[in-house]
Amino acid sequence: MIGRAVRNGLAAAAFAAVTAVAVWPALAGDVPLPSPAKGKGEACVADTAFMRRNHMSMLVHQRDATMHEGIRTQQYSLKECISCHAVEGADAKPVSIESPDHFCRSCHDYAAVTIDCFDCHTSTPGGADKAAEADGAGADAVAQLSDYAKGLDR
Amino acid sequence: MTIDPKIAPAVAGEEGVGRRDFLRAVAGFAGVTLAPGVMLYSYGAAARPLDEAVSGKVRWGMLVDVSRCQSDCDACVSACFKENGLSAVERPTTDAQWIRKVDIRDPQTGVTRSLPVMCQHCAEPPCVDVCPTGASFKRADGIVLVDKHICIGCRYCMMACPYKARSFVHETHTDQVEAAPRGKGTVEGCTMCVTRVDAGNVPACVEACATTGNGAIIFGDLNDPASEIAQRIRTYATSQIRSDLGVDPGVHYQNL
Repeated sequence: MIGRAVRNGLAAAAFAAVTAVAVWPALAGDVPLPSPAKGKGEACVADTAFMRRNHMSMLVHQRDATMHEGIRTQQYSLKECISCHAVEGADAKPVSIESPDHFCRSCHDYAAVTIDCFDCHTSTPGGADKAAEADGAGADAVAQLSDYAKGLDR
Repeated sequence: MTIDPKIAPAVAGEEGVGRRDFLRAVAGFAGVTLAPGVMLYSYGAAARPLDEAVSGKVRWGMLVDVSRCQSDCDACVSACFKENGLSAVERPTTDAQWIRKVDIRDPQTGVTRSLPVMCQHCAEPPCVDVCPTGASFKRADGIVLVDKHICIGCRYCMMACPYKARSFVHETHTDQVEAAPRGKGTVEGCTMCVTRVDAGNVPACVEACATTGNGAIIFGDLNDPASEIAQRIRTYATSQIRSDLGVDPGVHYQNL
């Protein structure tokens, strides 16, 4: 009986040792971990552990509130995520989801979780409309009219 | 009546520029025509707080004065393309088309009219009736939308719509604007520029019509008796396209 206990004990010790050896390199950084870029500002809308587990539910909740009820608070909006977590590329412009450095992609690639947000939504702050604004077509006329409208009494 | 839908180009043609030059030249005339449109910018209803849900007390609608709408003008169409990042891929039969100009002629009298046709934002929308997933829906304030998150792209709504107001996205897009997400495999249509309306602005087509067009479209709350649109509808005879269907469109036409 004692012999069996010793054998079990030895086996457990051996297992622990093997596990420790297997885990150690990961802690030492030999296994590539995702390294999402830090967002702007002091802190995210919730603490990191909560965001890791629940960001998808928060996005779905906000999505339904916005789509169906027209609630457009910015705090939990996808737009705000993309704006705050924008990663600049070599050209100093925010990278799109095409780039592996994109904030969302850096983790989702690692976890092998496919997201389809960006099939429809733009993956860069402002989207293509910011580029369209740059041509300035009609912008003057609108600005003039806005000024005029502000001068009206009603 | 012979209806001859004309697919307006994505960018304003040369005629459009010439017409704008003409309008600038007769500044006095422009001032007169712009004044009613400008009033829209302060259309009373203050922008709803961001965290407040839309209310059924409001019903957004438009009134198009067809006598002001010119056949050679596509300011509303090009503004819609730009605002919503709609990119044509040179396939006129399937390219997205949220608003189009339609020229009509009565063969008996020869009278012609030109008018914009977009989603009519019906009170009883057939597209919502037929949608198998609930993606096609009417917001409390009367704006009819597609929730593309749950749209499966079956296109029943496109067949049900009497106004041919919806389009299907056939191609992969990467050039979306922030305010108008759109992607392959879903149906889309005029949103009455819902993000602009939620922010207290008027839809892009209405703004373009007032600034670079002929001031033919006004936008407002049909339920508010004090709004300009409600007053005009009360004062003048207006019509809804295919009013015989009983779907009660939110887009009204004057002098049609």
